[in-house]
Formats: sequence, C-alpha cells, structure tokens
Amino acid sequence: MRVAGFGIHAGAAARFRFDGQSFEGREGEPLAAALLANDIRLVGRSFKYHRPRGILTAGSEEPNALVTTGDGAGATPNVRATVQEVWDGLEARSQNAWPSLRADVMAVNDLAWRFLGAGFYYKTFMWPRAFWERVYEPIIRRAAGLGGLSGAHNPDRYERAFAYCDLLVIGAGPAGLMAALTAGRSGARVILADEDARMGGRCLSERFEICAGPAHVWASGVLDELASLPNVTLMPRTTVTGVYDQGTYGALERVGLHRAADPRLPLECFWRIVAKRAVLCAGAIERPVAFKDNDRPGVMTASAVRGYLNRWGVAAGQSVTLFANNDDAHRTARDMVAAGIKVAGVIDSRDTAPDSRDYPVYRQGRVVGTRGRLGLTSISIAHAGGVRDIRTDCLAMSGGWNPSVHLTCHLGARPVWDPETQAFLPADGAVPGLAVAGAARGVFSTAGCLADGVAQAASALEALGLAAPKIDLPDTEDDPYRLAALWQVPGKGRAWLDFQNDVTVKDVVQAAAENFRSVEHMKRYTTQGMATDQGKNSNVAALAVLADATGRGIAETGTTTFRPPFSPVSIAALGAGAQGKGFAPQRFTTSHAASVERGAPMIEAGLWYRPSYFPRAGEATWREACDREVGMVRGAVGVCDVSTLGKIDIKGPDAGAFLDFVYANTFSKLKPGRVRYGLMLREDGHVMDDGTTACLGEGHYLMTTTTAAAGLVMRHLDYVAQVLRPEMDVQIASVTEHWAQFAVAGPKSRELLDSLLDAPVDPEAFPFMACGPVSVTGVSGRLFRISFSGEHAYEVAVPARYGAALWRLLVAQAEVLGGGAYGMEALNVLRIEKGLLTHAELHGRTTAFDMGLGGMLSKKKDFVGRAAAGRAGLLEDSRQQLVGLRPVEAGAPLPAGAHLFEKTAPAVRGNSHGYVTSTAHSPTLGTTLALGFLASGRARHGETIRLVDHMRGVETLCEVTGPVAFDPEGGRARG
Amino acid sequence: MVDLIALTPCAGLLPLTVGNLALAEVDAGPIHLIAPFRGGQAATDAALSKALGLEMPGPQATTRKGAARMLSVGPGQALLLGAAPPALDQAAVTDQSDGWAVVSVTGPDAREVLMRLVPVDLHPGAFAVGATARTMVGHMTASVTRTDEEAFEIIVFRSMARTLVHELSEAATGVAARG
Amino acid sequence: MRIPCPHCGTRDLREFTYQGAALAQPEGDWSPDWDSYLHLRDNPAGETRDRWYHNPCGTWVVVTRDTVSHAVTGGIAAREAGA
Repeated sequence: MRVAGFGIHAGAAARFRFDGQSFEGREGEPLAAALLANDIRLVGRSFKYHRPRGILTAGSEEPNALVTTGDGAGATPNVRATVQEVWDGLEARSQNAWPSLRADVMAVNDLAWRFLGAGFYYKTFMWPRAFWERVYEPIIRRAAGLGGLSGAHNPDRYERAFAYCDLLVIGAGPAGLMAALTAGRSGARVILADEDARMGGRCLSERFEICAGPAHVWASGVLDELASLPNVTLMPRTTVTGVYDQGTYGALERVGLHRAADPRLPLECFWRIVAKRAVLCAGAIERPVAFKDNDRPGVMTASAVRGYLNRWGVAAGQSVTLFANNDDAHRTARDMVAAGIKVAGVIDSRDTAPDSRDYPVYRQGRVVGTRGRLGLTSISIAHAGGVRDIRTDCLAMSGGWNPSVHLTCHLGARPVWDPETQAFLPADGAVPGLAVAGAARGVFSTAGCLADGVAQAASALEALGLAAPKIDLPDTEDDPYRLAALWQVPGKGRAWLDFQNDVTVKDVVQAAAENFRSVEHMKRYTTQGMATDQGKNSNVAALAVLADATGRGIAETGTTTFRPPFSPVSIAALGAGAQGKGFAPQRFTTSHAASVERGAPMIEAGLWYRPSYFPRAGEATWREACDREVGMVRGAVGVCDVSTLGKIDIKGPDAGAFLDFVYANTFSKLKPGRVRYGLMLREDGHVMDDGTTACLGEGHYLMTTTTAAAGLVMRHLDYVAQVLRPEMDVQIASVTEHWAQFAVAGPKSRELLDSLLDAPVDPEAFPFMACGPVSVTGVSGRLFRISFSGEHAYEVAVPARYGAALWRLLVAQAEVLGGGAYGMEALNVLRIEKGLLTHAELHGRTTAFDMGLGGMLSKKKDFVGRAAAGRAGLLEDSRQQLVGLRPVEAGAPLPAGAHLFEKTAPAVRGNSHGYVTSTAHSPTLGTTLALGFLASGRARHGETIRLVDHMRGVETLCEVTGPVAFDPEGGRARG
Repeated sequence: MVDLIALTPCAGLLPLTVGNLALAEVDAGPIHLIAPFRGGQAATDAALSKALGLEMPGPQATTRKGAARMLSVGPGQALLLGAAPPALDQAAVTDQSDGWAVVSVTGPDAREVLMRLVPVDLHPGAFAVGATARTMVGHMTASVTRTDEEAFEIIVFRSMARTLVHELSEAATGVAARG
Repeated sequence: MRIPCPHCGTRDLREFTYQGAALAQPEGDWSPDWDSYLHLRDNPAGETRDRWYHNPCGTWVVVTRDTVSHAVTGGIAAREAGA
C-alpha cells in the first residue's frame, strides 16, 4: 500500500509483470517495494519445505524474495527483489513453485517436516549402495537448486574493467560519505562505491535529521560536492564483493539491469579495483529473532518495514506489530504512527522498553506463534501481563544489528565477539590497508558514524602522506543503541533461523546433539548459511543457538568463514569479455584471406589459424584433397605458409656460445649462410622443442621454433640469458611477425623460385641447409634451403606487408607447374612419411635418446639438460623408442593413441609395449603409416606386433620399421 | 616481372568510429628494436643522438624528435619508430617494421574504453602524455602509449590486428551505450 | 595479487608466469644436488623467493613474498639477483 506524502523518490510510473500479472510500480524503486505497494506479500517458496515466503529485508542480504527476471536464454535466476529496480517492462517470475506460487505441489515436503530435519539426506539415502548414483542422485538433483538456467548460450553483454585509486570507500552511508568527503577534499584519488542505486545508506531510510534537516537532503548535498570533485569517482550500484591481496578489490556494478534491454549495454561490469588504502563503511544488517513460524510473508525486519515507508512511501501492512530487544527498533513503530498506520502493539523482550502513548508496549514480551497460510494474519504473544493474540498483517522484528564485517574476513581474519553490542566486530588489521568505520565496526549512532568516517579517512590519508582537511561534523542524533540479547523464543514447533535453507533452531540443536558441535560442522550438517544469501541474516543467531546447545559462549563457538563474494556475482560477469572471440586472441597469417577464398577449412594451431587443405572441384572428401596435395609436393611443387613457426633473432658477441648452451648440439661452429637442425632440452633432460637455426652473419643467428612452442621457447631463452647465463652478452628478439615465410617444396621448387627471384638460385652455391638473402621481384627477402617434406625444398621469407601478394604469386606459379597450395593435412602426411617430428612426438615425456637422436647430445660442451639427460634410467635400451609402423594388410587403420602389444598377449594395460603418436594415409606408399613409441623399439624392426585401440574398436597387426618410411637415404632433399 | 603489393596490418579493418571513439591505423614508418650490448648504452645513445636527435628512453618512457620516436619495451630495449636507425655497432638492431599493428585510440572516452582492456592505471596523474607501458590489451601482449590527453597508441603483434580491433570496438560499444 | 616488475612497476598477477623457487642451478654431471634442484622443494610457511616471468617486457623477476601473510616484499631482476 502506498502512503501519500511519504517516500523521497519521485520515480515515474512503470508497468511491470510478476508471474504474468501486470502491476504499476515506480521507476527505480526495488521490485520488493513495488510488490508491497501492490499488496503482494507472497513472493516465493522456500528451498526445502516449499514454505510460502515473502519479503524479509530491504537489502542485498535478502534470503526469501528471489525471482527470475527476463525470459529464455537471457533469463536470470535468483534475482533479489530487494535489489532489482523496477523499469517499464520488467518481467519477473517467482521460483521454486509449481504449478503456481499459491498452490505449490512440493509443499507436501512441509507436511513431512518431522522426517526431513538436519542430516535427513545423509541418513536416508545410504542404502542400498547401488542406488547412490542411479536413483538417489538424479532425484535429489531434480529437486535441488534455486531457480533454473535456460541451458542456452547467454546472449547478454557483460563487461570487466580495471580501476585504481588512493582510497576506496566501500559504502556510502553516513560514515562512508564523510570518509569520501574527507579524502576528496584532500585531493586524493577516491572511489566511493555503494551497492545501492542511490547513495546515502540509512540517511535515505530514516527520519532522523542531520544539520537540522532531513538526513537524505544532507546526503544529497555531500554527494553533490563529491560529484563536483574531479578526483572523486562515484560508483553507485556497485557492490564490493571481495578483498584480494595487495589492495585488490573485486566489485560488481549493475549497469543495464535497471533499464530496458539494450543489446549494446552490458548488464553488469566486474571491476578489479586496486586501492592504496580502503575504508570499509558497509554498515550493519539487522538480524531476525527465531520464534515459532517466524517465516510467514508479512514477518520482516524492523528496519526494512520503516525503510519501505520512509524511502519508498510503501506500507508493508495496515496493522503493524513490532517484536524487538533494542531501542533502535522502536523507530519503526514511531515512523508508522507518523504515517498514520496502525501499530497494534510493540512486544519488547526487555522490561526497560521505552513506553509510548501511541501504541501498547508489551514488556518482557515474546512472540510465541503466528497464523496465516499465505500471509500473516495474527500473532500470539506472551508478556509480563499474560498472553494474548493480536491481529496484524505485518510483524516487524529486530534482534539487534550485525556489523557487516564480511570483507574484513576475506584474507583469513576472524571477527571478534563484542559482548556489549552482542555482535562480531572486525579484528584489528584484518586486511592490510583496510580500515573500518561506522556501524561496520559497531559504532551505531549517526553522530558516531559521521565522526568515525572522518577519523578513519584521516588516518588513511596520513598513511598516504596526504594532509587531512579539517571537517566540521554536522549535528545529528546520537541515541544510545541499548539492547538485551535475544536469539530465540523457546517452545514447540519450528522457529526459523536460515530462511533460505529452511534451517530451524531444532536443526541446529540436533546437529549439536549428534556431535556436529564445531560451527563449521554444524553449518555443513544443517546447510545453515549456504546459498545466495550466505546466512547474512542468520549466521550469528544460529551460532548463538549452537553456543547455547553446547554450553559454550558465543566467543568460544566462533563464526564460520566469510569468503568472497559478499553477494552473488554472475559467472558471466567474472568471465566478461572471454566469450566467443574474446576467449583468446586469434592470429591470422598474411595468406589467410587467400586460403579462405579457396575454401580451405581453417584449423586452430595454438592461437593461429592455418588451412587444413585446399579443396578443388570434384573432390568429395578431405582425403582426396590431401592425397592430391601430397602428390603435388612429391611430383611437382607445393606451397605452404609456414609463417606461424617461431622466428627468434639472436645477436651478440656471445650469441654462438649462448646457442651452444641452449641447444644440445653445437652451433658456434656453424658458418654464415648455413642452417642446422637443433634439439633443445629442458633442465630435466627431456626434449623441449626442435627446429632449425640459421647463421646469418658473424654473431647473428635466426632460430626457428615449432608453432606450438614459440612463446615457451622465447621465455626459455630469456630464462637462460637472464638466470642461467647472465654473464653472456646476447640480445634476443622475436621476428615471427615481421616475416611472411612460405615453404616451396617438391622437385620443381627451384624452377618455381627462379620464376620469381631476381637472380636464379645457384644450386652449387645454395646446397641443402644453405641460407642467404634474396630479392623477390625487387623485395629483399631471405631464402633457406630446408625441408620438412623430404623433398628438394626452400623456405622463402619476405616482410609481412608483402606476404599476401607473394602467397598468391607462389600459388599461381605452382599451379602453372602442376602443383599448388598444400595445407596442414598434407604437411602432416609428408612429415610422417619422412619420420620427422612434431609435438605429437616431442610431447614432454620423451628424450633425444628415445627419438634415436642421442648422438646429437654434444659431449664437448655443457648445455641445458645435459646432466639430467645422462641419467642411466633415461638411457636404458628397454625404454620406449621411436619407431615407424606399417600395417601387415596395407591401408588398415593405425589410430593415434592406440597401444602396442605383443602379437598374442592380451590387450590389457599391463601388457602395453607402447603407443601410436601420429598416423597418416600415405598416398606415396599406398598404405597407412604411423609413428609411435615402442619398448626397445630400435631393436625390434621387422617384428610383427598388434595395435589395439579399445576406444575406436580397432585391432591391427603391423610391422615395426624405422621411423623414415620414404626415401630413407634422403637423396631427394639433398639432390 | 610483377610488383608485390604491400598491405598494412589493419588493411580492411580500420578506420572505425564507435561512439565518440576513433580507431585508426598508424603508419609508424620503419620500426626497429634497439638493444645495446653490454657497455654499449652510451655509444648507442650518442649515435642515436647524433643521427636522429634523440636517445633511448628510460623505463616506461618515450622520447621523440620530429618524426622519429622511441618507446621503452623492456629493460635495455626500445622500439625506434618513424626513422631508420643509424649504424649502431654496439647494439642489436632488429627490423620489426612489419611485425607490429599500430593503432591510435582517440576520443573523450579513450581512457574509459582502455580501462576495460588494460590492467594498468591510465589516469593522467599516473600515466601522463609520453608514458608507455608494456602490458596487456585483453589477452594480448601490447605496448600502450599515451600520445595526448585523449589519445593512446596501441601496438600488438601484426597477426592479432583483427582481435585488437574486435576487442576495442566491443569495449567501446559498451562504454558508448552507457551514454 | 600484485607483483613488482623492476622495469614496469607493480603489476597485476595476470601479466606474470610463475616458474618456481629461485634456486641456484648445480654444476657438473648428474648428482643428488641436481635431483634436489629439479624435484625437491621446500614448502616454507613464511618468506619464500621465487621466479616469475613478466610476459609483456620479458623480465625474469625474483619475488620475495610471505606464504602466510601473502605480503610481497620485493621484486628484483633475476639478472641482478644472482643465484
């Protein structure tokens, strides 16, 4: 019900829908306020018992009023109605109820409550064991969970961002505003973040005055000044959700959730804020009292009831009652009276409760029961004068306030119990650089908060080396809090602690009785404090009950651990920017467009995209294209973009010595104009990478790495240069991206090159493994006579700006000569035919010895991995060694990943002698071929073994051969 | 004999305007990595100074003289852009002219947009005109340089030009939509 | 977590690659020292020194930090740090 003349917001009327029904609300007010304004009290069903539930709070701690907003793929579950702002067109649905909120079938659980207490699942679903996975789990999973996801890809936009400041002020209530003002006037870079859409905290929800005027007016004045300061950034709708090391804070900003959908606008932004100092002014959260049936819609926290009235002009009921143990809560009754709303009674547990002429006050009172199936209709009370029933549709309750210490615990500190305020307060120095001010550390009066905000900001400024300005403290209320502990009203029936997880006083007592006495054990046994609200309302009361049940004090019982996030954070916001193309950078070669034009399917190679094959008209399968491309290279000439291979320029007086140390074999004696194959080991003696390195001049080398390991090798070279051999004078630079490099392979490769080079290749001056400068149609480039195909081949490199043009030219010329472009599939077949290695073989667990390259390990010099590679165990003949495999029946499949067994041995793990790493169909040899590792493989050439792939159901007899299946003498490449 | 046509890294991708942000490819001219050998810093600076009127910048800094400019990219390493290097016999000089995509990001929202992508404080108080950082743009390693109050220059690997443009325009779209 | 790079200043963790404890590589042939160097690690509660690679600028950094308090107390270039 709206109350004329109350409320401080002037939002335009907005239509919204709840469970399909259209209502009128005010733009910008929380959905909860709009529902209450429309006299909707039943908002959802509880998790376990499907009890009817309403709105409990007016803040982000709300456990009950969770709704789903939006529709289809963009639907968001578990949206707190107390946080979601109303906008014209908002669509919200209740959760956890079927077929409808008012008649929910699963509410039968509530009838069986005697059997569903704490530990029910653990005790019930134990036997028979075979039912665990097949029966119990599917059923429980179907019933479990709050809300639901569509399962579809989320089409919404999310964002992440980084921010930096001298002082981060978390919370913009009285303390936070003063802290920000103090720091803002000092000139420090300040970020003031608050989870509410409008800053001001309790100033917006209370009727006390600051500076002899309404508190919200004072707050607006401060905010105007802060907004005018260029060194202050205001971040409303931003919840600081986590504290991380070295002054890093996570914060979630609601960007587009409060307005009509705009596909360009992010819904949320996850901020990483780095602050030199921070002041936590997060305030406090009012705690409920546990009494019988305290969970009916219409039972709310006292501060929420007056907040909805004072801030939003909404009365949560027409006949309000109050149940409290402290003076502060009496504000609710007074504010209701001021608004002309009937206060049917104030039940105060103390015998010192303040009296009133406007409503009856029941001292030493307690609420012992409530009635109303889908919403509160009356309560039963007991008090000093007897017992009675009171008709009421809204019971405001207050068990006192819990300071919001959560963020102070994120780095592991535990809060400290304070008997005076009956609350946990932040431990001193809990987070380096973070101070706490105001209600968050138990300073509850407004005057106290204002002063504390100034004081904590001033100390932070001092630590930053800045002078704090003199701030006049405004006049305001300084009322004492006055509270007597009250956690629960004893009696029969169920008194609820954790509304979200349906945990009752009885459950906690039972946990203690079953020896789950540690607070952490109790939490897990009862589910107290789990799920979206993390027990912000209920944890302290629950452990007070536990303390009572175990006969210990609250201080001794302690709290559970508060971990990030403070309130729920969408996974989509955490992962913002990493969906789709944002997941990883895409790297494109200069030939990319031309390859795509040819219809080549592009495959990922690390971050690069490379052509798989180049289909031609009439080719029905990739194999036909691949076989043709292999044939072109073996018979004429093929062209392949190899720009993705890492190219590292190494210069310096010690460049040769550096390479000698990096590679297992020797490079310092390599002559300018020559190229050598090199093997690089890790410190543990296994192979890291291989490739060719060219000597371009005195003290100047060009290293080639595999595509996959280019980044790793660069880091390794930096490691060697800076850590292992810092005395060497050498400079390392990546030139991968500067050069477009193309392999030209096949018997007609020289003929092709001669048609493009300004001077023909002189075969005498340019033998196998030579390199040198060339001029390609007037462009200075480099030519290397190296081969990854086993054919007479070259790699020609030009500055990348010319890559696209040269590629097209090379392909056109190759086609004239009966060849053409070839892709990754053909490249792989060519190298398998030749027994050449890739990271399928250099997979991190293999050594040079295993590869049959042990002879490359120099005995005349030290190199990375030398000592470890010499371990006896790595040189045993029984190790699995690289072999070639050829099926007895030509063309039979030899799938990679298959294991190798003796012909008659059962194909079980213990009998495996090795495995297949690479496989190909060789059109050259008319059969399938494979490379693999086989125990004592080098001594078993000629043996017939059995290859078994259980996953693909393949079993093939094959012959063990040397790794090189085609042209083992290598005459084709050299000739 | 045919001529090979040269293409720039961002050919077909830029220029682009999103909201009040302008993205454009920068023709940086020749780009060389200059890294003095041990004890060669002074001689290198002297040679650069004589030929081009500038020296190597210190960490996180840039130097400039006319079209020639240098930006620090690592300890003892700087990129020289806009001019061919003189003969430097005490430094490793590596031609990277074709290895980098150079993009200018200009407009009132330039910093707001880069705050979505770059994990470095770009506030003018911490990152003044002429400051440079080796850092990341999204998942890409990059050099970010402030060239003016509302202008930055981003340098990434040439092969990542398309991703850079995508990331910048996505971030700019979100910032612009905030209005 | 934020880590000081001696060249670039303090930067977010995402810019770094962790390698491991900053140990001196043994000399010579295989020995128990090599085994310790490669395979055996202390797991100190308190101060520890380890190597991180600052990917954007290519600097190997020896970082001193505390595994209990998470305080990062130093970062110097490995080139200057010695073994």
